[in-house]
Amino acid sequence: MITPLIIKRFGKLAVFIACCAPLLWLILKIFAVGPLQLGPNPIENIQDTLGIWGLRMLCATLALTPLTWVTGPSLIRFRRMLGLFAFTYCGLHFLNYLILDQTFDFAAIIEDILKRPFITIGFLGLLTMTPLAITSTNNWRRKLGRHWKHLHRLVYLTVILACWHFYWQVKKDLMEPLIYCLIIAVLLGLRIWRIYRHK
Amino acid sequence: MLIRQKPVIRSFQITPEHNYLNRRDFIGSTALAGTSLLFAPGCAGADDKTPAANPEVNSFEDITRYNNFYEFGLDKEDPAKLSGAFNTSPWSVTIDGEAEITGKFNFEDIIGPHAIEERIYRFRCVEAWSMVVPWNGISLSNVLQRFKPTSKAKFVAFETVYRPAEMPGQRRGVLDFPYREGLTIAEAMHPLTLLATGLYGVDLPGQNGAPLRLIVPWKYGFKSIKSIVRISFTETRPYTTWSDAMPAEYGFYANVNPEVDHPRWSQARERRIGSGLFAKKQPTLMFNGYGDEVASLYTGLDLTRHF
Ligand code: HEM
Repeated sequence: MITPLIIKRFGKLAVFIACCAPLLWLILKIFAVGPLQLGPNPIENIQDTLGIWGLRMLCATLALTPLTWVTGPSLIRFRRMLGLFAFTYCGLHFLNYLILDQTFDFAAIIEDILKRPFITIGFLGLLTMTPLAITSTNNWRRKLGRHWKHLHRLVYLTVILACWHFYWQVKKDLMEPLIYCLIIAVLLGLRIWRIYRHK
Repeated sequence: MLIRQKPVIRSFQITPEHNYLNRRDFIGSTALAGTSLLFAPGCAGADDKTPAANPEVNSFEDITRYNNFYEFGLDKEDPAKLSGAFNTSPWSVTIDGEAEITGKFNFEDIIGPHAIEERIYRFRCVEAWSMVVPWNGISLSNVLQRFKPTSKAKFVAFETVYRPAEMPGQRRGVLDFPYREGLTIAEAMHPLTLLATGLYGVDLPGQNGAPLRLIVPWKYGFKSIKSIVRISFTETRPYTTWSDAMPAEYGFYANVNPEVDHPRWSQARERRIGSGLFAKKQPTLMFNGYGDEVASLYTGLDLTRHF
């Protein structure tokens, strides 16, 4: 039985390990451990893996609040960790782009950000996450008071930008990004529904 | 670019006919050893080397595991994984349209009269990655001329096989299958344009477009249609799958051009597959480096508008 006590004791560790798993898997692939491999285009593989996990973690973060309506508030303790993992995966996704993909070619990067809509949107997505990660500490939370909550509503914008970025970089088959659009629409729609129901 | 002048023995002449189409394990076979390969201007590299020993050439593994062939699936690994049920023997090609000789011909009849050459070409995908591939094949023009195209033949259209039972990607209908491509007659008759039957001295694997595909080395890879079952001489510009599906993103010509970006990504540089985690992207060359040979095909054409 998973009791609230067990969740309290071991929950965070379990979530932490689960969130590290995709990154560890990727690292094993980078070092070609056993049969694991990145394949013929390793940089693209890293880019895509980190991007998709960033998006998944964002969705997971947003799923917690609606879940607590059903399960009670104990799950909310994982929200900060999930959010920070989302930021970590998205940040590494950007670092892979910066370092391995573009090899610090800043002229090309600036051109990409200004000229390629899907990069512009992704970059804005990362920008909107950054203040949320910085102000995630208890200290900042106390300092900002009720503004903290307002500021952190930015995450709704982040997740829309992230999904839009995914949608725009796909060549033809929109199935996967549309699935994420649907998930995000449900997660945001639930919140709107709740606001109206309580009025 | 590199053309081996000496004819190679065709695989169906050295292997019993019933299994030659399914054979995929002859890498570095004796047919390739010790022959002289000639580099034409525009391609850096060594001479007197088999493809496997030439550092510029991609490995057989990379070439056969990283494919865009939506007929089998959208991921690059899908074609290698999902082409097992694809049966290319027997194979026939329909030749029709503006030519004196038309009809349905066996693969052997199409290829039979010609000597197979080896050509090492750069291959540039519209997605900004590239490879160097040692193809085996015939100049398309040599084949086309046998069918005596008439003066009305201004374009050549190509069509990929449509077999949803063997090609899982076709069942999903992401593109308007069967896949179709086309060239102007001058492009089709250009000596660099290759009708490929193999790579690395073995028959084309399913994922690379078995048993017969086009290679137009100065154009983005999507022009180089795979698993061809129809070649038509036409008077008007034929339907071409990508450029008709998304005309803002893909053009009919699709010449490699570092100065004309795809609306969603830059074409100025490319990632060479197999160059590892720490290699820089390399600059993309106009006409993929084949400008000396092909630029004259496009004099007077505004390549920014006709991309
Ligand atoms: C909110 C932050 C971001 C999220 C959630 C995100 C997510 C994604 C996802 C899901 C993909 C598609 C992966 C796939 O094809 O399977 C992707 C691709 C990509 N992202 Fe991001 N991204 C973010 C920010 C950025 C930023 C800041 C940049 C660079 C400035 C960037 C550059 C790219 C590139 C270049 C690709 C395409 C890789 C390819 O061609 O396969 N992303 N991203």
